[in-house]
Amino acid sequence: MISETSLSMTGPFLSMTGPFLSMTGKAPCLGFSWSWMLDGWIVVVGALSAVASSLLGNFLVLRKMSMLGDAITHAVLPGIAVAFLVSQTRSSLPMFVGAVVVGLLTALFTEWIRGAGGVDEGASMGVVFTSLFALGLVILVQTADAVDLDPNCVLYGSIELTPLDTVAVLGYQVPRAAAVLSVVTVINALFVLLFFKELRLTSFDPALATTMGFSSTWMHYGLMVLVSVTAVACFESVGSILVVAMFVVPAAAAYMLTDRLGVMIAISVALAIISAVLGHLMALSIPTWIGYRSTTTSGMIAVAAGGLFFAAATFGPRHGVVVKLVRRQLLSLRILCDDIVASLFRGEELEHPAPKTTWLAGELFASTWSMKMALTLLRRRGEVVVHDDALRLTEIGRERGQRLVRSHRLWEQYLVDRAGSGAERIHDQAERFEHFTDRNLRDELARETDAPVEDPHGRPIPDEN
Amino acid sequence: MLNPQERTDETNLPTAARDDGSGADVPLSVYDLTVAYHRKPVIWDVGFDLPAGQLIGIVGPNGAGKSTLLKAVMDLIPRASGRVRIFGDTYRDNRHRVGYVPQRESVDWQFPVSALDVVAMGLYDKIGWCRPVRKKHRDQAREALTRVGIGDLADRQISQLSGGQQQRTFLARALVQDADLYLMDEPFAAVDAATERAIVEILRDLKARGKTAAVIHHDLQTVPEYFDYVVLLNMRVVAHGAVEETFTQDNLQKTYGGRLTLLDEVTEAMRRRESSI
Amino acid sequence: MWHAMAHRLNALVGNAACGGRSLPLVRGLLLLVLLTVSATVCHARGRHPQNDGSRPAAFQWADTQWGRVLLMKDYNTRIVIFGVAVLGGASGLVGSFTLLRKRALMGDALSHASLPGIAIAFIAANWFGGNEKSLLWLLVGATASGLLGVAVILVIRNQTRLKEDAALGIVLSVFFGAGVALLGVIQQMDTGHAAGLEGFVYGKTASMRAADAKLIAVTSLIVIAGCLILFKELKLLCFDEGFAGAQGFPVVALDVGLMSMVVLVTIVGLQAVGLVLMIALLVIPAAAARFWTETMWRMMLWAALLGTCGSIVGGLVSALFPGLPSGAMIVLVCSIFFFISMMLGTRRGVLIRFLRRLRLNRRIDRQHLLRAMYEQIEKHSGGQAGRDLALRTNRRTPVTIDQLLSMRSWSRRRLCRAIDQADEDELLRMHEGTCKLTQAGFTEAARLTRQHRLWEMYLIAYADVATANVDRDADKIEHVLAPEVIDQLEDLLDEQGMMIPVPISPHGIVNDDPTAVAGNPPDRSPEAST
Repeated sequence: MISETSLSMTGPFLSMTGPFLSMTGKAPCLGFSWSWMLDGWIVVVGALSAVASSLLGNFLVLRKMSMLGDAITHAVLPGIAVAFLVSQTRSSLPMFVGAVVVGLLTALFTEWIRGAGGVDEGASMGVVFTSLFALGLVILVQTADAVDLDPNCVLYGSIELTPLDTVAVLGYQVPRAAAVLSVVTVINALFVLLFFKELRLTSFDPALATTMGFSSTWMHYGLMVLVSVTAVACFESVGSILVVAMFVVPAAAAYMLTDRLGVMIAISVALAIISAVLGHLMALSIPTWIGYRSTTTSGMIAVAAGGLFFAAATFGPRHGVVVKLVRRQLLSLRILCDDIVASLFRGEELEHPAPKTTWLAGELFASTWSMKMALTLLRRRGEVVVHDDALRLTEIGRERGQRLVRSHRLWEQYLVDRAGSGAERIHDQAERFEHFTDRNLRDELARETDAPVEDPHGRPIPDEN
Repeated sequence: MLNPQERTDETNLPTAARDDGSGADVPLSVYDLTVAYHRKPVIWDVGFDLPAGQLIGIVGPNGAGKSTLLKAVMDLIPRASGRVRIFGDTYRDNRHRVGYVPQRESVDWQFPVSALDVVAMGLYDKIGWCRPVRKKHRDQAREALTRVGIGDLADRQISQLSGGQQQRTFLARALVQDADLYLMDEPFAAVDAATERAIVEILRDLKARGKTAAVIHHDLQTVPEYFDYVVLLNMRVVAHGAVEETFTQDNLQKTYGGRLTLLDEVTEAMRRRESSI
Repeated sequence: MWHAMAHRLNALVGNAACGGRSLPLVRGLLLLVLLTVSATVCHARGRHPQNDGSRPAAFQWADTQWGRVLLMKDYNTRIVIFGVAVLGGASGLVGSFTLLRKRALMGDALSHASLPGIAIAFIAANWFGGNEKSLLWLLVGATASGLLGVAVILVIRNQTRLKEDAALGIVLSVFFGAGVALLGVIQQMDTGHAAGLEGFVYGKTASMRAADAKLIAVTSLIVIAGCLILFKELKLLCFDEGFAGAQGFPVVALDVGLMSMVVLVTIVGLQAVGLVLMIALLVIPAAAARFWTETMWRMMLWAALLGTCGSIVGGLVSALFPGLPSGAMIVLVCSIFFFISMMLGTRRGVLIRFLRRLRLNRRIDRQHLLRAMYEQIEKHSGGQAGRDLALRTNRRTPVTIDQLLSMRSWSRRRLCRAIDQADEDELLRMHEGTCKLTQAGFTEAARLTRQHRLWEMYLIAYADVATANVDRDADKIEHVLAPEVIDQLEDLLDEQGMMIPVPISPHGIVNDDPTAVAGNPPDRSPEAST
């Protein structure tokens, strides 16, 4: 009851101070406990880091630099370590400075090794980030007493602990991570909004962009700065690998769903939020099915994002693998229907007896199953009737057959006239085109070929209407 | 075997169409070959027989599907339909009789191999699995490099060769394969005059030894000079036959000029329909 | 037994790789490394090949900490050094192939992708009451999920419009995320403090056991053997996939073979030395090796060598100085090797390339200088351009530096340097601000000017030919252009009165033999007539 109240509230997270502190809702249907104070903030932190990363991730994916996100997230370790060592605090600012410096160094070194050494980009990245990571590790171990930073925490993150470390913002107690991440998200969003045009141009055609005065180099390093900042902001909460997941996966999934950059960014942000919510729910619920308590949320957020990507890549309306497959099947079914009607029409033209299903299937190289499907479809449309296994056209079917055969023979005429192909070779091509020829194209064909009455084989071209 | 031009109407189909094991002396027979990248058909219903022992030019505008045709012949890309016969048999069975010269841009010239190494790659098939390249093979490769006129550059790393020399290296690699049918993808593209002459000499030498070479070519002016037989290609075969009869203004117009606007339109309709269903 | 093996391995490497000339230095170094390694193992097995008691001084030194480490007195050190050395060698070899196949980061994705497999194997073993820390099962799980990761990468790349980098990023992060989530469950298990799994990321190099080392050795040997046996085929695959396919090699099978070797090395190494170190070992030695050679087998040798040396040195350093994690030290030593290679590499190093460019600039400066001199002499001969005799008699015409300076955009400093160098080579004499050509200098200047004019004429006459690919820097225009073309160009030059006859070589070297030059049509050479 209480949880319903809080659910129905707008912005339940921000108002969740004071009276809501001790509130713990139970969601019995899901079989795990949910506390707005804890889980709500965890979801918020996860969603914020996901949104901040995926905003930039779109451009990483489009620039084919997805792995640079991975490299930077590994490489900033020494930056953080040195910042800790120097400032002796866990405050955010020195950390950001350290990370930005090392992040830029990563990008610069990668570029330098690639340019001056002629090493291929992936390899130069591999050299740089492993070296920097190792350096960071050595610094951390050497200064273990001075720096209280667990490398494991950097890698896996500890999103579950973020609600415990709070700061006061406008009089409300807000988790520090949420506050920091909100700022980073706003910065990233502003960057993307303000430089949308420039980012699009430099991602698509860097050379053109440079000649037009938008330095793609500056854009590149600007992006790298923000990637470093985002990586550090997300570290504490979700860990480095999850940052990589958020950089790449929602953007890649959005790329499967749309062809427009603006829409792609919007979708990736939505997917990022969904995967944060879904991920936390999965982390809470899935282990309970096999008798354990909840597991790591950051890992599950990555898995949720992966699941969303899988769905987008498989069922995406334009580029989805399954959709492409189904589309191909439907098309071949439609062509088979056309072929059946057309060959029945030709048979009637020559006054052959009505053919049997099996014979026609052999003639059209159709499998029994697809023939069955096509006939069902044709009978439902009322174009074909079956009498004692013999196929006959109805009046509607005859009209359709006439149109198809007309298209076919017009194409034959056109190809012989214009393309200079031998008459014997024409049939196959016309066969393919006839399925895609509408009324307009037919009329134009007739005009182009001077409205013939016979095709090159000497068969009559049926009139329309 | 009759030249396709001389055949009567009944036999005007490529020998591959019959697929009865005949045509063992036809180096390459293609029937009803269609290839599509994604949703875009690149070549449609291509069919022809190539005559043996001649130099054949494959000519057509950019994007006419010339490279695609060669790659489809060698099973390097999947075919949507069609049958290909090399000396009356499938490519798989007669692979050793085919030599291939890919486009120069298809490889990374920074790769750490010498010209000699590249040429020796043409012998890998003969050397067999897991056996090392021996002196005998290296001598053979060196000889091929000498034949193409760059024997003294054998030990250079390939990025230190000029464009023409790189092309000759590829040619030498095909030569060591000692094939009967050579498929060459634009060997004349962006080479210097001396290399062009050298390649022509090599082609003539191949012909004199009874080999067949099908060469994708760009420069229309030199077609009658270099080739005996020509295939005009623009998504489909516009014409093919002896160069004197086929390489006419009329046929060229059909290949290059006079775009078949309605064909474009139906292609567009195919594409639209396939994506909208 | 290990000595014998080392010898055989060396012979094998030599055979498979034998180019025309063997490379004694590289071979010698390899042998040295292998001997070190085998000596280490002999120690590890308690057999001491050297007579310990014979040299007391060394013995004393050997008792100090440095001595103990460097002589590998500690059982643990021996194990660790041996393990990482073999691993470094094997991953250098495999890494060369993946680097040249442009898949350097595949190891990165792969090693991350193996985490869920390890976790699932652990959980399964726990459920079925097996020994959940049984190495074999963890490895089987890791390999399975690593290979699944590779498969997913290939599917994403081939079936969708995403590029390889995105495919790598997706697989890497999602698989790793799944692994982390599974680890969260494992930590709650009764038996599960998951000891075997914690070293996953950073490795537990220092605590490597003999069993681990043995496993690494066996796997590495399998992989090394695979690389050597399939050397030729893999080389072709990496260089020209299309040609390999046309030749009938099963490209997909070869690719899977290569990737399986990467998986094998990665998984074994992962469990011993950790994730980041494993990525580094696959990438860094191979990338560093590329700077030293232009030949594939030498590159692999270098990579193996650098990987092995880097691992040994890194391991020793971390043993000497407590508190330096060995995995990280190995990476750092390797990256120092990389940096040195990049700077000093004899083939593609930054320094050598800088020197090459410098030399080229000098050559161009000299050509410009000599041509400028020649043109001044021409001017001095009063429109007698191309008339050999008049020019020859005016050969010693003094030309002032200011005259030369006005002819091109060069700075005085640069011009003076070019003049000094030409003076050194006795191409001209410099005296009180004026230059005079020597006989040799005049001949060279005439040749260069003729060549330059022929090129200019060529570019005008054959503007439609792809000039970008013409080797304009060729020392002799005859190497590149056909004789008829040169005849034609000379005629054109003659018409404009700019013709310079072919000068006689001052050194009297016969280097105009047409059959030896590159640009010659092959029908001239005797072999072509066969």
